[in-house]
Amino acid sequence: MGLRLEHVTYQYSTGTAYEIKALDDVNLEIKDGQFLGIIGHTGSGKSTLVQHLNGLLKATSGTIYFNDENIYADGYDLKGLRTKVGMVFQYPEHQLFETTVFADVCFGPKNQGLPEEEIKKRAEEALEAVGFPKAQYDASPFELSGGQKRRVAIAGVLAMHPQILILDEPTAGLDPAGRNEILDLIKSLHDKKGDTIILVSHSMEDVANYVDRILVMDKGRPRYDGTPREVFRHYKDLEEIGLAAPEVTYVMHDLKKAGFPVDVDCTTVEEAKEEILRVFRAKQAENN
Amino acid sequence: MFRDITLGQYYPADSVLHRMDPRTKLLATLVYIIALFIADNPAAILFVTACLLVIIALSKVPFSFMVRGLRGIVLLIVIAAVFNLFLTPGHVVFHWAFFTITREGIKNALLMTARMILLIIGSSLMTLTTTPNQLTDGLESGLHFMTYIKVPVHEIAMMMSIALRFIPILIDETDKIMKAQMARGASFDTGNIVQRAKSMVPLLVPLFVSAFRRANDLALAMEARCYNGGEGRTKMKPLHYAKRDGMAYLCLAVFFAVVIVLGVRF
Repeated sequence: MGLRLEHVTYQYSTGTAYEIKALDDVNLEIKDGQFLGIIGHTGSGKSTLVQHLNGLLKATSGTIYFNDENIYADGYDLKGLRTKVGMVFQYPEHQLFETTVFADVCFGPKNQGLPEEEIKKRAEEALEAVGFPKAQYDASPFELSGGQKRRVAIAGVLAMHPQILILDEPTAGLDPAGRNEILDLIKSLHDKKGDTIILVSHSMEDVANYVDRILVMDKGRPRYDGTPREVFRHYKDLEEIGLAAPEVTYVMHDLKKAGFPVDVDCTTVEEAKEEILRVFRAKQAENN
Repeated sequence: MFRDITLGQYYPADSVLHRMDPRTKLLATLVYIIALFIADNPAAILFVTACLLVIIALSKVPFSFMVRGLRGIVLLIVIAAVFNLFLTPGHVVFHWAFFTITREGIKNALLMTARMILLIIGSSLMTLTTTPNQLTDGLESGLHFMTYIKVPVHEIAMMMSIALRFIPILIDETDKIMKAQMARGASFDTGNIVQRAKSMVPLLVPLFVSAFRRANDLALAMEARCYNGGEGRTKMKPLHYAKRDGMAYLCLAVFFAVVIVLGVRF
């Protein structure tokens, strides 16, 4: 079950001087219930990769299976696939178009052909899930603040009840408070409903705190694939491809170099704090 | 989805034509088009074709790029040729049922086809060797004299370059919004004409909003840099005539004279 990619390659402008391989022989399996972070520098192919997962882009060669069905098979219901693999684009607020917030969230379920009652129920649930105040359901989406618009746009995708939710740079252009709110919201969706979530980002800090698996893309190929701990062990190599491990990784490595016996695999500030305190206490006990 | 569309169709290369002043190229294109209308006999057309071939060789642009411009008007050329072939009165060489072909008809059809092809290739040669910005710069300074009759030449040129600059941006934006709405289950290519028109709303509203937002940002950025119109504004790359432009004008004059002579003589 879940998504499986086999030898997926995608080329732009095939046959011209500008030919670019955006994806180069990607093999990947995403199991149900996973929280996957895809990280890469600009132009590493991460956005291209996720646009394949719901069939918006068609691979030049290779196959993609959703729940063991080939999505490129003749007569495969791509429109149905897109409702099962929900995709929130970068700057999703740019897709809002309806006269009211509520009507905009209804757009997705309406396209699914659901009955009126169900559409309304789903829109309400979705708006509630993203913490949008009920009093503003009838407001024009264009009058909202940036963070609120983004919530509405995410609700628009949630209302379709996708089995897999893909978010492409959901925190781009938000202030730190808005960023944490959105990321916490995504995390709670994963924890509460057990949805599969794919989070695309270029920020290690964002991803490290939330996901259980990281895929690092570089020049159209997966470079590292593993838990945050495993991936951040390669922090020196990550720098080479224009990425950086979270700040705490550097702090822990520096501490180790300075002679403190800390575990360098901490990925979040919380973990690092505990680890430093542990070592500190051990030292104190020794001194006494 | 829209990635394959190229606009402005500029082909980067380093040739004497690319380096030439855009004003020279604009005037040359104008003269070339007039010459095509004067040249109404095979000798003159052959001469124009020969000159064009020399210029194409000088431009270093692959020939396939010139032909590409023809694809859009193949149908038009064919229709024009067919009408000329069958509907020109004169010396009959072939007659069957309703179809009559005359000697004059054959000549007209051939001339018309040759002219149209030469017209398209000749003018696309200019857009292939001139960037849109150079083109508007050239228009602005070439038409500067019109400011004396109160035509806002600078403003028009500025609007043109902004419009040209926005086309690829808006194409990109359209692509993004389309994908975003498709991810929400929208489809743009099914249903009858009313449904299709309706399905454009989720695409057009965000596109307009984004176009206005970008226009607003651009206006702010221009004002922040104290833009206040063309009066007294200097250019980063002012247009300068070089020796090659003089040569080009000379060649152009000779070319035009020859075409007139050929057009009158035969």
